[in-house]
Amino acid sequence: MPRVTYVSHDGNSTTLDVPLGTSVMQAAVLHGLDGIVAECGGSCMCATCHVYVHEDQLAKLPEMELGEDAMLDGTASPRRPNSRLSCQLVMAPGMDGLVVDMPETQT
Amino acid sequence: MSTGLSASAKIVIVGAGHGGFQLAASLRQNGFDGHIALIGDEPHLPYQRPPLSKDYLDGKIGLDLLLMRPATFFDEHRIELLNGVAVGEIDRAGQAVTLSDGRRLAYDHLVLATGARNRVPPLPGVELDGVCYLRNLAETEMLKERLAACEHAVVIGAGFIGLEFAAIARGKGKPVHIVELTERVMGRVVCPETSAYFGEAHRKTGVEFSFGVRVARLGGDGGKVTHVALDDGRNLPADIVVVSIGVVPNEELAATAGLAVENGIVVDEVLLTADPAISAIGDCAAFPSRHSLKNPVRLEAVQNAADHARCVASRLVGKPHPYEALPWFWSEQGALRLQIAGLTTGFQQVVLRGNYESGEYSAFCYAGERLLGIESINKPADHAFARRLLAAGRGVTLAEAADESFDLRAAAMTRPA
Repeated sequence: MPRVTYVSHDGNSTTLDVPLGTSVMQAAVLHGLDGIVAECGGSCMCATCHVYVHEDQLAKLPEMELGEDAMLDGTASPRRPNSRLSCQLVMAPGMDGLVVDMPETQT
Repeated sequence: MSTGLSASAKIVIVGAGHGGFQLAASLRQNGFDGHIALIGDEPHLPYQRPPLSKDYLDGKIGLDLLLMRPATFFDEHRIELLNGVAVGEIDRAGQAVTLSDGRRLAYDHLVLATGARNRVPPLPGVELDGVCYLRNLAETEMLKERLAACEHAVVIGAGFIGLEFAAIARGKGKPVHIVELTERVMGRVVCPETSAYFGEAHRKTGVEFSFGVRVARLGGDGGKVTHVALDDGRNLPADIVVVSIGVVPNEELAATAGLAVENGIVVDEVLLTADPAISAIGDCAAFPSRHSLKNPVRLEAVQNAADHARCVASRLVGKPHPYEALPWFWSEQGALRLQIAGLTTGFQQVVLRGNYESGEYSAFCYAGERLLGIESINKPADHAFARRLLAAGRGVTLAEAADESFDLRAAAMTRPA
């Protein structure tokens, strides 16, 4: 099964098995990770599942749609070129080994 | 209350919805080391409500994705979860609550996160089989099962829940007729222009509407609902009647304990009741908001419940601050996405920006020159900017809003307060 590593703001990392078709956000919530809030439950409405993706892995990801791009302008921690909303990162075969940094705050 | 609670303090939270759950989680995130009891009257682990009327009813997600957190989370964070029990009463003098199973729990601080319940209309026939609601998991399970075999659905009330249900039912090819007492959809929360847009969009998908008409009674046969009788004499066939006419706050526990209630449990700017050992948060709390024209205000929203919880958690660990978070709301109805930032109640003037005809626009709602809030329809960028601007107390003038060349993004990102 594909794996994703979540690095918290204080540097702790957790690696989870994320089934194909499950989002990076859903796996974090199902595991109870603190760094992802996902207040809207994954509807791309709230920008509280913000992650920074390691630059060399950006190309592995599904393309960003307009709604996500827009909501990223409303994140609590600064938006960077490698910012994504993890509810929109649905695991696909090429995404194994993904590493995401969780921001200092989501709210 | 500025020093926070001691390390061995006991916090009891009544209500395990969005607010109650978030409070427990935030207390631990803020380093609170004492005892936390989270009491919920439903038998399940705490779950998210918004998807009930959306992806869950539609069958797109299962229970696992509805849960706030897995069962292990509560053990790992030492949150004592008391499922399926209600709180009978509060003994303020003794600082304890009595549970429906007879247990007594002492508290150093009590947080009421009791939420709200469905408003049930005083209609003949409301007890018939097939009359459904859409607020909790059990109600949604029942409705989901009935929807599969439904031939005619009637919805009473054209608010968020009624319209979200209608969109899903139409998606499954079911005939839907919505009966609304007022003249427009979502009349309590959006401007007339947005009501008109949504009403028309639902009509195009085949939803029928009857506006400005009262339901006289629900008719049945053999205990099952068969039709909805309107006071204009029409009978609408129905094997499901979804009642979605709003909610009432669960304030009785507080009122019985002698706390002030006024369409919600009255709290101050730090969400404390008149009893320094009792706070109230979320849908049940009436609180003062700098974002509201009229106070106190009571809001029914996930954002409000979760941000209330964070505010109280912070106070209980000794970092008090007034509650100031910007309210925001959303609804998904078929292909329509509605996002609202701010509180538009009491608006006098609306400025539309974007393309209203194609359904990608925002409605800027003003009272005088004051920007109260912004409704964004399929326009998430405007919503993100609106949240930034309103949270920072920055305005957009009427003239700026009306000028399509005005750069909202630049204003949101750079404009000083």
